[in-house]
Amino acid sequence: MPEAHRKLERSAIGFVLAIVVVASIGGLVEIAPLFTIDETVEEVEDMRVYTPLELAGRNIYIREGCYACHSQMIRTLRDEVERYGPYSLAVESQYDHPMLWGSKRTGPDLARVGGKYSDEWHVAHLVDPRAVVPESKMPAYAWLQRNTLKTDDLPGHLTAMHRVGVPYTDAMIENAAHDAFAQAYPDSDMAEGMAERYGADTNIRAFDGDPGRLTEMDALVAYLQIVGQLTDAAHEKRTGEQVVRAEETE
Amino acid sequence: MIAGLTATERQIGLVLAGLVTLMGAALGIAGRNDVLGYQGLLIVVFGALVMIALLRNLDAPEPDESRLAEYYDDPIRFGIVLTMLWAIFGMFVGLWVAALLAWPELTFDAAWASFGRLRPAHTTGVIFGFGGNALIATSLHVVQRTSRARLPDQVSPWFVLLGYNLFCLLAVTGYFAGITQSKEYAEPEWYADLWLVIVWVAYFALYIRTLARRKEPHIYVANWYYMAFILVVAVLHIVNNLAVPVSFGSAKAYSAFSGVQDAMTQWWYGHNAVAFFLTAGFLGMMYYYLPKRAERPIYSYRLSIISFWGITFMYMWAGSHHLHYTALPHWVQTLGMTFSVVLLVPSWASAANALLTLNGAWHKVRDDATLRFMMVAAVFYGLSTFEGSFLAIRAVNSLSHYTDWTVGHVHAGALGWVAMITFGALYTLTPAMWKRARMYSNTLVEVHFWCAVIGTLIYVFAMWNSGIIQGLMWRTYNDSGTLTYSFIESLVAMHPYYIARTLGGLFFLAGAAVGTYNIFMTIRHEPLPLSRRAEALGTDRPLVPGE
Repeated sequence: MPEAHRKLERSAIGFVLAIVVVASIGGLVEIAPLFTIDETVEEVEDMRVYTPLELAGRNIYIREGCYACHSQMIRTLRDEVERYGPYSLAVESQYDHPMLWGSKRTGPDLARVGGKYSDEWHVAHLVDPRAVVPESKMPAYAWLQRNTLKTDDLPGHLTAMHRVGVPYTDAMIENAAHDAFAQAYPDSDMAEGMAERYGADTNIRAFDGDPGRLTEMDALVAYLQIVGQLTDAAHEKRTGEQVVRAEETE
Repeated sequence: MIAGLTATERQIGLVLAGLVTLMGAALGIAGRNDVLGYQGLLIVVFGALVMIALLRNLDAPEPDESRLAEYYDDPIRFGIVLTMLWAIFGMFVGLWVAALLAWPELTFDAAWASFGRLRPAHTTGVIFGFGGNALIATSLHVVQRTSRARLPDQVSPWFVLLGYNLFCLLAVTGYFAGITQSKEYAEPEWYADLWLVIVWVAYFALYIRTLARRKEPHIYVANWYYMAFILVVAVLHIVNNLAVPVSFGSAKAYSAFSGVQDAMTQWWYGHNAVAFFLTAGFLGMMYYYLPKRAERPIYSYRLSIISFWGITFMYMWAGSHHLHYTALPHWVQTLGMTFSVVLLVPSWASAANALLTLNGAWHKVRDDATLRFMMVAAVFYGLSTFEGSFLAIRAVNSLSHYTDWTVGHVHAGALGWVAMITFGALYTLTPAMWKRARMYSNTLVEVHFWCAVIGTLIYVFAMWNSGIIQGLMWRTYNDSGTLTYSFIESLVAMHPYYIARTLGGLFFLAGAAVGTYNIFMTIRHEPLPLSRRAEALGTDRPLVPGE
């Protein structure tokens, strides 16, 4: 072996090629099949896309680095399922570009936070976490309530999402800015068209409690309320026996 | 430094800086209604500063031809200074985010100062700012010395170094402004990512051209690692950052991948950023500076080969251990776990090779804090790779994942291995680069060493404790079969460890500050006359007992 290697060491180009070949194998074997094997992502009927307001909220979640302390991936372990809810399925983040599974839980997992608390709770908690949970270590995000949401570029956002494979229709893209307003302005004419495009189950509420003004708080709360709610697939699968007991893994 | 460039080189530099400025202006104008506008402005300022510096010296006399008979070290000196500045910045922000977990009000109601925006500024500051500059500076030093060849030109090293720091600046200022694509350790957005590709191609070309000029028939082992670092980081960076921007005037882009494929791609990237940025690159450093300082040849050529190819092949399979029990298909998790465990063999081969090299030089380890930095680095490398393989085992991971144990593991590697080998290398390199007999103060090197060791130990022990307690509390059941602790109770239990961790970070930062002072004082001191250098070196080197 050392003799053959001594030869290789005499050629910079040979060495470069050898490194590229040797290092490429692992990724090719592990990543490429994820795109081709059908079972990787479950097929479900009811999976819906994010509304423009929810997408804007998701981008605020990303901007503020919420993923650094909150995961959105419930593992197939008994204690996690009992603490947070049904374990996460691949399909649930099918339209997440990028995914926000996270790697650290300084705060709790949020994969099932949608619908768990009221809008008022979220607003109060985001403005001053320690007013709601005295022991919390979460930063206060009071400025979200002060910042008006930027909506004029939302059609561009939906177009980009469409380009990477999310099934937004032309009507959705065209009306994106309107629909963002509409979702936080219930009982308006705009709200009807919005519900038509995204489904009757869409949350249409003044998320931050003030219907007159569309804030970043509206968007973030709209997003938090939909996390884990894009499909019911995880709840249907709950009856399966796939939950691994933490103790049994030893 | 500019005086060392020829008139043609200054003109080329001016054109390049001009192009960068124009590019920044284009981004700034297109993104005037977006946070991207500020980033464009930053590029313009950066490019303009380089242009001004060049213009002020455009008519300076041509440098002496004799320069071509020496190695080209100006960019290395500049890189050393940048390394220490980024160290102070990155570690200070690290201390701040650590404090935020103990005292969350330290955000002062300012968006830019909240944990989620500061945290990537810390990781980018230390990994890419401190670590990356150290790698670029040392690699340019090592490749010249081990090839006995001068860098092929005097422009591209500056393009690489300055271009890379522009990338780091764009990244960090972007986070403060809320620009991030949320992929851990790959947070910068599309325009910064594209810029890094350009810089990286120039870096690779510079490295390979220097190797092509080598007067040594064989490529030395340190260069294998630096090459693997440059090549594989390029592959990882390009694949993981594939994305579609909203528009040319928007900082935001949407990742080409989603969900489970994105998760796998991200952790294939994330784990191999650890492998090829934080391991391969710094092993390259170790393979040159440790034997140099110990004045001992590398213990085993055979071990070098085994560990190099083992690391290059196997690390790329290991990323999926970040996704145990998730929605990632089981077979990928199992592959990742298996390779992570086997990876211990080449990792320990490297650590053993380093420590056995010190055989016959242990008295120097005792007396010379610089060499001791590198010895401790090799020990921490061995420990944290063992811990890494252990944590990759599925059952262990079920406890450790999502907890502070991971954070402790990362810092055992980052503080104990990466930072310590870097400080050892810098204390060897700095006097040589400025033609000094030794560092300004050996006592301060000693002070830095102990600050670093104490800081690392406090930090790692605090995180081991908090991580394991956290993991256990989350899965503790009471007699009636329900979970015993609420989440918030586990968070409250972390408080003392978060304070201890902050203290550990403070020690480490204090050490780095002492080191920076020592390096700057070494630079400021007049070089010793040649006649006295041999004599001074004699007092600098610890005496061998019985000699």
